[in-house]
Amino acid sequence: MTVQVKPLPPVELPELRVVGKPLRRVDALGKAVGATLYAGDFTMPHMLHAKVLRSTLPSARIRRLDASQARALPGVVCVLTAADLPDAKLTTDMPGQTGQKQRAGSDAPVLAVDRVRFVGEPLALVAAETLELAERALELIHAEYEPLPGVFDPLEALKPGAPVIYEPDNAVARWKIRKGDVEAGMRAADLIVENTFRMPFVEHAYLEPEAGVAWIDDQGVINIRVCTQVVEHFRSIARAVGVPQNKIRIQGTLLGGGFGGKEDVTVEIFLALLAKYTRRPVRLAYTREESFAGHAKRHPFIITHRTGVKRNGRITAAEIEMVADSGAYPYLSPYVLLYATIMASGPYRIDNLRVDSVVAATNQTFTSAFRGFGGPQACIAYEQQMDEIARALGLDPLEVRRINYLRTGDPNGTGQVMKGAVWLEETATRALAGLGEKTPDHGPLKVGRGLASYFQSYGRITWFHDTSRAWVGLEMDGTAVVRCGAPDLGGGQINSLCQIASEVLGVPLKDVTIYSTDSAVTPLAGTSTATRQLYMSGSAVYQAASAVRQVLLERASKHFEEKPEDLDLADGQVFVKRDPQDSLPLKDLVARCAAEGLPLANLAQFQAPFTDGIDPQTGQGDVFPDFTFGAQAVEVAVDVETGEVTVLKSVACHDVGRAINPAAVVGQIQGGSTQGMGYALMEEFVLQDGLIQTPSLSEYLIPTAVDWPPTQAIILESGSGVGPFGAKGVGEPALTPAAAALANAVADAIGVRIPDLPLTPEKVLEAAERGRLEIGD
Amino acid sequence: MQPKIVTLYVNGHTHQVALAPNVTLLQALRDLGYTDVKNGCEKGDCGACAVLLNGQPVNSCLVLAWQAERAEIVTDAGLGTIDHPHPLQEAFADAGAVQCGYCTPGFIIAAKALLDRVPHPTEDQIREALSGNLCRCTGYGQIVEAVQMAAEKISRNQVFPKNLVSEVDSPPRGVP
Repeated sequence: MTVQVKPLPPVELPELRVVGKPLRRVDALGKAVGATLYAGDFTMPHMLHAKVLRSTLPSARIRRLDASQARALPGVVCVLTAADLPDAKLTTDMPGQTGQKQRAGSDAPVLAVDRVRFVGEPLALVAAETLELAERALELIHAEYEPLPGVFDPLEALKPGAPVIYEPDNAVARWKIRKGDVEAGMRAADLIVENTFRMPFVEHAYLEPEAGVAWIDDQGVINIRVCTQVVEHFRSIARAVGVPQNKIRIQGTLLGGGFGGKEDVTVEIFLALLAKYTRRPVRLAYTREESFAGHAKRHPFIITHRTGVKRNGRITAAEIEMVADSGAYPYLSPYVLLYATIMASGPYRIDNLRVDSVVAATNQTFTSAFRGFGGPQACIAYEQQMDEIARALGLDPLEVRRINYLRTGDPNGTGQVMKGAVWLEETATRALAGLGEKTPDHGPLKVGRGLASYFQSYGRITWFHDTSRAWVGLEMDGTAVVRCGAPDLGGGQINSLCQIASEVLGVPLKDVTIYSTDSAVTPLAGTSTATRQLYMSGSAVYQAASAVRQVLLERASKHFEEKPEDLDLADGQVFVKRDPQDSLPLKDLVARCAAEGLPLANLAQFQAPFTDGIDPQTGQGDVFPDFTFGAQAVEVAVDVETGEVTVLKSVACHDVGRAINPAAVVGQIQGGSTQGMGYALMEEFVLQDGLIQTPSLSEYLIPTAVDWPPTQAIILESGSGVGPFGAKGVGEPALTPAAAALANAVADAIGVRIPDLPLTPEKVLEAAERGRLEIGD
Repeated sequence: MQPKIVTLYVNGHTHQVALAPNVTLLQALRDLGYTDVKNGCEKGDCGACAVLLNGQPVNSCLVLAWQAERAEIVTDAGLGTIDHPHPLQEAFADAGAVQCGYCTPGFIIAAKALLDRVPHPTEDQIREALSGNLCRCTGYGQIVEAVQMAAEKISRNQVFPKNLVSEVDSPPRGVP
């Protein structure tokens, strides 16, 4: 069946000179020649080496922690345990915020006090003259435990009588949505479809393990050079270490990947404490195994959908229950759950909706942010449910979606009205059409296709009052400098800022230098999370650069005796629009401005729209600045004799509003898609009774270059985003539909739904055999 | 066993360093200042620490420094510089094959070894040659394109000798 591609409505996007071009990223060549220094590459004179002692039991009382032998080892300079820092706590505020109210119990001790709650929980810190001595010192710290009963399943954790991980109970957070009349909607339905879907713990597996160096400078400021997504953690670090907030400096490095895993504090507090206690520079770099044990994972979810539908596929009501696993400490779990709750009903108009969600503590590795922040888990459930509805009704999966898709002006699950372009059908039909002719079955290879549509917020929750700042200035030779605190995860965050400044100021991209991620020299720009930096810091850079541009054009207006609006800036020249030969080098204009004392730099603050919080009783209200919409279609071949799934084709189509750098957007889409397909097919961070079974990249497998062909990226530009030049965000959205599309393709191939990810050959084979029995093959 | 003085030839420089027998080539190179050799797992899973050892790509975390004595070692930084990048390095930058960049030096080494052996590789040969290197950002598509771009460029103008080493004469820094 050929897919009818939905025509795009007319969009007028102004032609730009730098923005919209697939230029070489400003950070690319330095990385390619190995010149870029990452957090683990720095050393300091007279530097100490640090290690962290971690618990080996998932739930135990600490009877005794004796560090005397370690302290006595020559070359060991400092050993710290909770006894030395009784009040050191890591407070998980929403990072970067300025005083959101704390949820009780959301603090984690920096070092375990009296009790350990998961394998890998930090117990003690060591700083020694060499790494070998630090490692030997760990062996000399004697921990005596009294094992306590643990709980390793969120459903068990919520039962009365379950071991309580911290008071008052294991329910870390709950959210709900109440909209319309669900009972009436269910009565109006011709059919009710119910399914439960499960997703595992997933590991970020960025290539760069956490690392940093800390030292105290001549002002007594603790400097921490570290790979982090959040410069503003200096505030919680200061609280934990017990120093004023202006005595911690974060010098962020370019990150070797983050994906949310470097959104929480990692090595910073350990480094700051050791620097404070030893007064010497200290380096701490995690091994891969320590990284796996020591940082958050993606939340496992159990999601049940009960959907009432008419025969034509129209949804009359939906009830959704979500249970997530926070692991041993909450970190960002309440917010991940909130995102999942808001996205639970998908990009569909459902007027009668009930969502109940809960995240429960267990004695397992803690969970927190991971690309999509609950959105992908929601999508894996709602998009498999859409296919199950189609199957139950004997309808085409696209048709069932089409009749329910949100349209501009429709409210989503929380009642937030979709204001901009909602290109769901446009993206879905292009993704499907991109698959081309269907590959025929061949022997035991059964071919199937799957589609997933999604919506995903970009920018943070609007009642967080999000802001970003950037400074843009011109030098006397006509080159430009951008200063912006935005950390670059590798996704091209700083390059986009440079392309925007280049566009606005007419300075060639090669003549733009950016300083980022340093709380001492770059204006605070907020977190590189929530797909917010292009939107937030891109807008701040746009504002600051526009202010400088205004100064330049007004001064040039006198020179050319033309109105400022009849002048333009490009390629290092200012010129008259109707006669570009009538021009002046930018550096000459800059010299004139400087001679007259005109401001050639600007510090701008961009503020996201602010709203009140949602109604806690109904979950109704505006939550996000805007959403990205898109779809992915995947074709797989399933070998029903081995259970092996081969991805044959994959096409993803996203409306990115406006692509600032199309090559970088393709990179986001292909990379996000690969992560999502790994999530669907192979990735699972396995814990058995709280013990890690996949401690390294030998056991926890991620996709390689030979696993499947790259996802074809189709970029649509509605220009309707709230970011600079109409841009939306694509960092997280790129991942969101991939796993769901793949799961739908496998179900299509074998005719049986496997409700639990990942779709390992064992599960697929078992399901394929079940399918053969059912259809009497 | 006691440390011994080991002679390492890296990117055209000669280093003599005292190393214990259990020191990996990865550790020795990083201690010598070759920080382009990345530590990603220390057990051969990720390929971020790949270097050429007598022209062969190896994970330097799986080689003891003593075993590399007097071998010719080339790291990514030995292939080119910002001012004079190797065609592979340039292609990686231009194709969008570099995102976080942490895996990039290892990929470029693996690709260099392939192109030295097979100047016009098929896509499957490229993927196979890169299968020991993990990238978590790109999904590999633009990396494969970069290798194809570089292969074309190198075959068009054979300007680069087989192992171009950096012209810097002194070791980068931190020689013990």
